[in-house]
Amino acid sequence: MALFDKILIANRGEIACRVIRTARHMGIRTVAVHSDADANAMHVAMADEAVRIGESEVTRSYLLADRVLDAAKRTGAQAIHPGYGFLSENAAFAEAIAAAGLTFIGPSADSIRRMGLKDAAKAIMVDAGVPVVPGYHGKGQDPADLAAEAEKIGYPVLIKAVAGGGGKGMRQVHKADDFAKALEGAMREGKNAFGDERVLIEKYLVKPRHIEVQVFGDTHGNAVHLFERDCSIQRRHQKVIEEAPAPDMPPEMRKAMGEAAVAAARAIDYHGAGTIEFIADVSDGLSPDRFYFMEMNTRLQVEHPVTELITGQDLVEWQIRVASGEPLPLAQEDLSINGHALEARLYAENPDRMFLPATGKLTRLRFPDGDTGPGGNGLRVDTGVREGDSVTPFYDPMIAKLIVHGKDRAEAIRRMAGLLERTRVAGLVTNVFFLKQLVTHPAFDAADLDTGFIERFTDDLLPPPAETDDTVLALATLSVIAERQAAASSAHVNDPYSPWDSVVGWRLNDDGREVMTFVAKDTTAEVAVRYSRGGGMVLDLPGGTSVMADAQLDASGELMARLDGHRVNALVARDGNSLTVLRETGQWKLELVDPMDADMDDAQAGGAITAPLPGKLIRVMTADGQKVKKGDALLILEAMKMEHTISAPHAGTVSAMSFAEGDQVEEGTVLLAIEAEG
Amino acid sequence: MPVLKSEINTRSDAFKANATHWRDEIARLKDRVAEIKQGGGERSRLRHLERGKMLPRERIRALVDPGAPFLELNQLAAWGQYDGEVPSGGIITGIGRICGRECIIICNDATVKGGTYYRETVKKHLRAQEVALENNLPCISLVDSGGANLPQWPDVFPDREHFGRIFYNQANMSARGIPQIAVVMGSCTAGGAYVPAMSDDAIIVRQQGTIFLGGPPLVKAATGEVVSAEDLGGADVHSRTSGVTDHYAVNDAHALAMARNIVANLNRIKPPSLECTAPVAPAFDPEELYGILPRDVRQPYDVRELIARMVDGSEFDEFKKLYGQTLVCGFARIMGYPVGIVANNGILFSESSKKGAHFIELCSQRHVPLLFLQNISGFMVGRKYESGGIAKDGAKLVTAVATTKVPKFTMVVGGSYGAGNYGMCGRSYSPRFLWMWPSARLALMGSEQAAGVLATVTRANYERQGKEWSADEEKTFKQPIIDQFEEQSDPYFATSRLWDDGLLDPVDSRMTMGLALSAAINKPLEDTSFGVFRM
Repeated sequence: MALFDKILIANRGEIACRVIRTARHMGIRTVAVHSDADANAMHVAMADEAVRIGESEVTRSYLLADRVLDAAKRTGAQAIHPGYGFLSENAAFAEAIAAAGLTFIGPSADSIRRMGLKDAAKAIMVDAGVPVVPGYHGKGQDPADLAAEAEKIGYPVLIKAVAGGGGKGMRQVHKADDFAKALEGAMREGKNAFGDERVLIEKYLVKPRHIEVQVFGDTHGNAVHLFERDCSIQRRHQKVIEEAPAPDMPPEMRKAMGEAAVAAARAIDYHGAGTIEFIADVSDGLSPDRFYFMEMNTRLQVEHPVTELITGQDLVEWQIRVASGEPLPLAQEDLSINGHALEARLYAENPDRMFLPATGKLTRLRFPDGDTGPGGNGLRVDTGVREGDSVTPFYDPMIAKLIVHGKDRAEAIRRMAGLLERTRVAGLVTNVFFLKQLVTHPAFDAADLDTGFIERFTDDLLPPPAETDDTVLALATLSVIAERQAAASSAHVNDPYSPWDSVVGWRLNDDGREVMTFVAKDTTAEVAVRYSRGGGMVLDLPGGTSVMADAQLDASGELMARLDGHRVNALVARDGNSLTVLRETGQWKLELVDPMDADMDDAQAGGAITAPLPGKLIRVMTADGQKVKKGDALLILEAMKMEHTISAPHAGTVSAMSFAEGDQVEEGTVLLAIEAEG
Repeated sequence: MPVLKSEINTRSDAFKANATHWRDEIARLKDRVAEIKQGGGERSRLRHLERGKMLPRERIRALVDPGAPFLELNQLAAWGQYDGEVPSGGIITGIGRICGRECIIICNDATVKGGTYYRETVKKHLRAQEVALENNLPCISLVDSGGANLPQWPDVFPDREHFGRIFYNQANMSARGIPQIAVVMGSCTAGGAYVPAMSDDAIIVRQQGTIFLGGPPLVKAATGEVVSAEDLGGADVHSRTSGVTDHYAVNDAHALAMARNIVANLNRIKPPSLECTAPVAPAFDPEELYGILPRDVRQPYDVRELIARMVDGSEFDEFKKLYGQTLVCGFARIMGYPVGIVANNGILFSESSKKGAHFIELCSQRHVPLLFLQNISGFMVGRKYESGGIAKDGAKLVTAVATTKVPKFTMVVGGSYGAGNYGMCGRSYSPRFLWMWPSARLALMGSEQAAGVLATVTRANYERQGKEWSADEEKTFKQPIIDQFEEQSDPYFATSRLWDDGLLDPVDSRMTMGLALSAAINKPLEDTSFGVFRM
C-alpha cells in the first residue's frame, strides 16, 4: 500500500498544525476541519483545504464524527489523523472510518476500546505481567461500598472516573471523612465530561513520579519503545513540564519499563503511536521494582516532541507510515537517546488567580526563532495561534508548547529559561513567569521531581507579584509617549508637515511637560514628564528619582528605552488604557488614568460579584434576600471544563441575583450583589 | 538653493559675551513666564482645586490633542502693572490643536481676581478673536469669569474696543462660519453671560457653571428675591429649562471631552495653499543666535547670520542682493513652508524701500507668506535724501506692506523706531502675528535722539530769550527723558501693553513661525490689489 495522497486532520490548534507540517514534508496534501470560531484559525490557513464542520462548541463540531467523516469523503482524503483529544480515542469513530473505506491514523478500534476503560485495561495488563497499582476496579458503584473499598486499599486513595483522562473526574482523598464529597464531585465531572459517572479507586502514592513510555507498533507484528518521558511536574493532574529522558533513570529500570511497555502493546496487538503511563514511587529513589501501570493512551501525546528531539525521529511521520501499512522505520536496536529535551506548556491562565483560564486576543505573540538541527539553538515552538488570534472559551487555552533540546539536562534547562525570557505574549495573562520559576527552581535543577512538586514549592513558584517600581513606571510612560509618536501623523492633506502634529507638549518659553497617572494594584502613581528641547525627556518618578530618558519602538513594536544611559528592552502591550509591561524579570499590569475617559455614570453597583471568566452556571445555591456569611458558596460556574465555586467575599444579604442554573455568562458579568450589613 | 555662509567666530570673546548675556535674558524671560503660569497664587489655586475644578492651564492641556503644542498669545500681558496682581491679564489665550484642528482657545483664569476683566484682559480677549478671524480658526471659550472688574469699568466697558466688542465679534465670526464654542466651567455673570449665549454650542458643568445676567447679590438688591446661584443659573436650569446651554457635563474633564467631540464634528478642512516640503534643520545651530545678537541694539551685524539660523537648511535665495543693500530680501523655507523674508540690514534708503516694495509684489503675486525681521532705526534723513524723494519711496514700501493680502509675520529682533516700524510691518500694519525677541527695542525714536531733539528745541528757546543753558543743565534736562524712553522701549513694557503677541526665545522662532504659518493657512490665500504707488 502506497503512502496517502491526502489526509484529513480531525483536530485544531497546534497539533493540527504539527500534523500538517509533517504531511507537507512528506508530500501529502492536507485537509483541515474547523468550527465557526476557528474559521480563520492558523490550522485552517495552513492546510491545503478546509471544511467547516459546525458551530464553535466542540460538541457541535470537533466531536461530531459524522461531520468529520463527511468532510473526508467530500475532499477525497484517504486517511484521518485524529491528533489528541476530541475523537482520538473514540473506537466508534475509528470503526466508522474503516467502514467508509478510509484509514484511521491510529490503532485499531479494538485496541482503543480495550484500553479505553481503565479497569479493563488494568486487567489486561495484569494478565500480560505488567505491574499495576493496588485498587478497586469493580462494577459496583454504591457509595457505601466504594467507601469500604477505599478503606480496604488504605488511605490516601485516588477516585477516578472510569472513562476519565486528563485529570478530569479525579479526586484525591486523604481521610475517610472527605470521601463522600469527593466521590460526588468525581462522579459529576465524569458525567459532564464523558457521560459516564462510574469511578474506580486506587492507592494514592505519596511521592510518585509520572513516567511514561512511548511505544510504537505496526501492522506487521513489530513493536518498539522510544524510551521514557518524565511528566511529574503537574498541577491538578495536568502536565506542565515534560522531559525526556527521565532524570536519574537507572539503565535497568529503563530496560524493565521499556520491556513492560512493549509487552503491554503486544498484549493488545497495538499498531500506531501509544503511550504507557506508569507511576513510580520514588520515596526511595527510582527502582525497577516500584513502577506501576496507570493507563495507556492510544494516541499521540501532547508531549511527543521531547521524544522526537532525543531520538531524532518524527513521530507523526511514523504514524502516517504505519497507518499506510509500512513497517516501523527503525528497530529497537537502531534507537538511542541523544541529549535531553524539555517541554513547557504555555497556557492562557492566571497563576495569581488559582490558574483561572484566561481568554482574549493575543495582541502580541512572539517567540525567538528556533532551530533544532545540528548546530542550532535547540529551540522549537509548536503553536496553533498567531499574533492577533484569540484564545476563546471554547477550547483548551494552551497557546504553545515551548520545547528545547540540549546536550544534557543542564543545557536544556538553560535554553528553556532563555526561551521563556524571550517569549512575548500580551493581551491576556499567561503562565510564562510561573514556567520560568519552575525550570529555574533549584529542586527542579536537582531533579527532585514528583507529582507534588508544584504544590510543595508553591510559595517559590508564585512569589508575591513584583512591586511596580520606578523602572516599570518609566517604561510604561515611555511606551505611551513612543506609541503616541509612532502614531503621530499628518492631520491635513494640504498641510502634511505641520508642526502642530508634534506630540511633545511644546509650549512657548517653557518646557513641554505633562503628568501621567497610573494605577497599579489600587495604588496611584504619577510620573512627571519634562520634554527637552533637543529631544528626549526627564522623568520625575514617584520613588523620588529623576531619569533622563528617551525611547522608541523597534520594528516589532518592542520598546527600546534608554534610562540614564542604560539601554533596557521591554514589551509594553496596550489595550485601551490598560498596559502590560513585560520584561525578562516579570510582568506588571497598570492602568493609565485618562481624566477625559472618566466614568460618567456615577451609579456604581455596590458589592457586585462578577463572573471571573466566561462559563456556564451549573449550580445556584443562593437566592435574593438570603443572608450569607463570608466564604459561603453561592454559585458554581463551569468554565473551561473546570468547576469554579464563587463564594461570598463578605457577609451580607444577597440581592440582584439575575441568573439561573444553565445560564451562560460572560467574564465580568454582574452575577449578583451582596449588600453588607450595617 | 544657495546655502548661506557664516562669518561668525563662535570662539571670539564678543560672541561668548553676547551668548552669556542673552542666555541670562532668556533665563529671565522663562522665570517670568514660570511666574505668571502660577496664576493668582497658591491660595487661590488651592481653593480652585478644592472645588473640583481643573487649573486653567490643565484645562487647556486636556482640551488639546495629547502632547499637542499650545501657541500662547500675550503671555506677559499686564506684566509689571497692577502691582503684578493680574498675571497674564487674568486670561490665557492661544492656538491649540483640537482633534486635528487649530483652534483659538480663550480661557479665563478664575484664580486671578475671579477671572474679572481688566483693560489688558479685554484687549487680550479681543486680540485672540482677531487672530481667530484673520486665520479662520474656531473659537473655544473656557469661561470662568465674574465679568468686568467693577472699579476698572471706564477702561473695559464703554469704548469701541471694550467688553461689548467680544460679543459683536462672536456674532460676526459665527456669521462667517467660524465656530463659536463655549464651555461654562464657572461664573458667567452679566455681560459674561453672553459668551455662552452668543456661542454656536454651549456646554456647562453641573454644580460649577452658572450663567445669569444678574447674580444673586444683584437680584437681591434689585427685587429682594433670595436665590442661590445654582437655582438662578446653574447647569440644570440652563440645560433642562432655559435651553441656554446644549450639553450637560458632570465635571471639567467631561466638559472638555464634549468640547473635543464638538470640534471633531465641525467638518472643516484646510484649503490647499502653500507648497510644503519636509522641514530641514538649519545648517547652523540656532543656539548661536545668542552669540550673534549684540548686547547694544545700535551695534550693526549682518542679518543674514540670523536668517542662516532660522531657515530650512540655511538655504536662502536672495533677491537684488547688490541693490539697496540695507534691506535683505529673499526666498526661503521655515519648517517646510515657503516664506519671503524682508530683513533690515541698516537704515532704509530710497533704493532699499523700492526693492522691498518690489519683493512684496513678488510674494503677493505668488502667494508666498512674508516674514519681516525688524531691526530698524528709521528712514534716512537729510537734504540729499528728502530731495531724492525718500518720502515717496518709503510710501511705496508702506503701501505694499499695508495692502498685500499674503499672511505677514513680524519679528522684532532689534530696534523698531519711527516710520521704520511702519515700513517693516509694525502692529498697525496687521501682521497675522508679531513677536519680539528680548533684544527688541520699540519706541518712537531712540532715547538719545529723543533727548537730543527736545534739548535742541529747549536750547533754541533759551537762546531766543538770550539765556545761558550750560552743558550740565542740558545733561540734567536730558537724563529723565533718556530714562523714560529707555524704560518704555523695553520689550516687557511693550508686551505688557499687548503691542505684540509675545516675547520669544530666538531659538524658538522656527517652531513658533511653523506653528503660526500652519495656523494661518486655515484661511485661503487671496490675491492682492495694491494701492497707488507714488512714482
